[in-house]
Amino acid sequence: MLRSRGRLLAYSAILVAAVALSACGSKTGENKSGAGVTADTAGDTVKVGLLNSLSGTMAISEVTVRDSIKLAIEEINASGGVLGKKLDPISEDGASDWPTFAEKASKLIKEDRVAAVFGCWTSASRKAVKPVFEANKALLFYPVQYEGLEQSPYIFYTGATTNQQIIPGLDYLKSQGKKTIYLVGSDYVFPRTANKEIKAYAAANGMTVLGEDYAPLGSTEFGTIVNKVKAAKADAVFNTLNGDSNVAFFKEYKSAGLTAAAMPVVSVSIAEEEVKSIGTQYLAGQLTAWNYYQTTPGDANAKFVKAYKAKYGADKPTSDPMEAAYVSVYLWKAMVEKAGSFDVEKVKAASDGITFDAPEGKVTVDGATQHIYKTARIGKIGDDGLITEVWNSGSPVKPDPYLKGYPWAAGLS
Amino acid sequence: MTLVASQFITGISIGAVLLLIALGLALTFGQMNVINMAHGEFIMAGAYTTFVLQKVFSDAGVSLLVALPAAFVVAGLMGVLLEILLIRRLYARPLDTLLVTWGVSLMLQQLARDVFGAPNVQTRAPDLLTGNVHLWTGSDGVELTIASNRLFILGLVLVCLVALTLVLRLTPLGRRIRAVVQNRDLAAVSGVPTARVDRLTFFLGSGLAGVAGVALTLLGPIGPTMGTNVIIDAFLVVVVGGIGQLKGSVIVAFTLGVLQSGVEYATTLSVAKVIVFVAIVAFLQLRPQGLFTVRTRSLA
Repeated sequence: MLRSRGRLLAYSAILVAAVALSACGSKTGENKSGAGVTADTAGDTVKVGLLNSLSGTMAISEVTVRDSIKLAIEEINASGGVLGKKLDPISEDGASDWPTFAEKASKLIKEDRVAAVFGCWTSASRKAVKPVFEANKALLFYPVQYEGLEQSPYIFYTGATTNQQIIPGLDYLKSQGKKTIYLVGSDYVFPRTANKEIKAYAAANGMTVLGEDYAPLGSTEFGTIVNKVKAAKADAVFNTLNGDSNVAFFKEYKSAGLTAAAMPVVSVSIAEEEVKSIGTQYLAGQLTAWNYYQTTPGDANAKFVKAYKAKYGADKPTSDPMEAAYVSVYLWKAMVEKAGSFDVEKVKAASDGITFDAPEGKVTVDGATQHIYKTARIGKIGDDGLITEVWNSGSPVKPDPYLKGYPWAAGLS
Repeated sequence: MTLVASQFITGISIGAVLLLIALGLALTFGQMNVINMAHGEFIMAGAYTTFVLQKVFSDAGVSLLVALPAAFVVAGLMGVLLEILLIRRLYARPLDTLLVTWGVSLMLQQLARDVFGAPNVQTRAPDLLTGNVHLWTGSDGVELTIASNRLFILGLVLVCLVALTLVLRLTPLGRRIRAVVQNRDLAAVSGVPTARVDRLTFFLGSGLAGVAGVALTLLGPIGPTMGTNVIIDAFLVVVVGGIGQLKGSVIVAFTLGVLQSGVEYATTLSVAKVIVFVAIVAFLQLRPQGLFTVRTRSLA
């Protein structure tokens, strides 16, 4: 009797656990309404949406992006707002869960009737909200580097596309004489697509990819992957892990005796904020590819860093996605003012050629692709947790999301 | 050859983590038959205890050593509280226990979010535990090493295992626990205070979860959902190992660890998880009672 009850208990425990897990993943997506929703711009204020993961595995990164968007909004409000109207930020938590992002995007557009939404980090969340913005003809400003091969008419991409970050990163490795690389990434659309591009680049540039491995977002078990990397004896590792999997990966990397000197890791999703929380003891000497660092020279950056630290604390670093998010609010403001209207289509039509003296240097909106010209920068993580530039592209690179300028990328989609 | 050996070591260390998170459950679920879905949150409580203590003692080594007993007590007391307030009233209704403790688990997660913030946090490991220990250099020049944090966890789980075995075998409390497990009514009429024994067993099991939480801070981030991420693995180990036995859990934890790391090396992480799950389902088809069973007061 007890034996069979034990079995029953055991099975039901697993069953309930499984149901609990699947319930988390199966929230229904978005019901499409054909017509666009007009933003509510009648009053003295205009609502804008902030859509970031404030909880879950991505919160390590996305909370800081939300903070810097808020900083930009406060600065704009302090200097008179946009077209004489103050901005009223509505913040929603995407909770590191892609269907939640779609739900919250829909809420911001339809219920709050915001004029524009700023946010999203992972490409998975952007892909989840893209149909919502397109169906409702609403605007999203996406501030994070991504894998390219996308161009939605309702999204402005203010982070780097591939040819402004990953390709310069590979060029840098090549110039350093690295012939073999190993690819490690999180298991979702950005790392998978980025690695497809990296493999095409490697094939055309005489580099060998010794292996590629993926771990689910949030995974913390990297013993085997690091063993594989170690056994492959690659010249360098190209890391597209996102969120705090990086913590576990770099702890394991160091424990395995692998060093930045012998086998450097180039990361494209680790900026100053992540360095701080992963711990410099694990990261010192490793490389990153971005368009902005806290140490980037210039008055605009000095002002941005000072304002950010004054608002959020002297120990808070600034990073590339934060800067891109901060810039995106100002770019939207400039577009609205040029268009003389909050109307989405008019704002889009006014976007081409808008420039802003950003912390990373002067950026220009490319109206055709809705991406921006950005300077590529390779940096090295220092013992103080800050990243210092070791190479840059000299001038802002024209965005090329579909890599049309690269013959080796012809077959990618 | 060195590779096989180093992969085997990775497997053993995965197994050690599995066993550590399952050990407390082997007591509360395995011995007492209580399905405690909040067990993962006791692990989380242990991890956050480490985090808080690191704020108090700036030295990472000292805070880790203090955290081990502290987390044991914190998680243990949470377990006792849960036992007194809820589980005690539901011993006759196992499925209700399951739902109630799941609700408690959700509440504790939200509590952690409110107290410590939604983003995950990290602790610093003592310098001693960030390197690796060199075992030998193979003929192919590949060095065989074991990460010192994993060696520490392996040692920790062995200490816990030995201590738990000694408590169960040699102490009066252990004898009472075993008596209650084997025949609650007979133990009660023989003068064993079963309610008190239940509470102490729950204290031990939950406390071990807290210790597991301390160990997990050496490997990855601390977050409100970290318990949910490991609770399934913990139940798997106990179910496959067999209810009411520690040795089953031990064997299963290390077997699963080695199987997981071996398959993962040959394939990928996702495929390895699938294959391990299929193997478990197949095994339970053949031996639904798990690896070992204990002869109890069964009338059937």
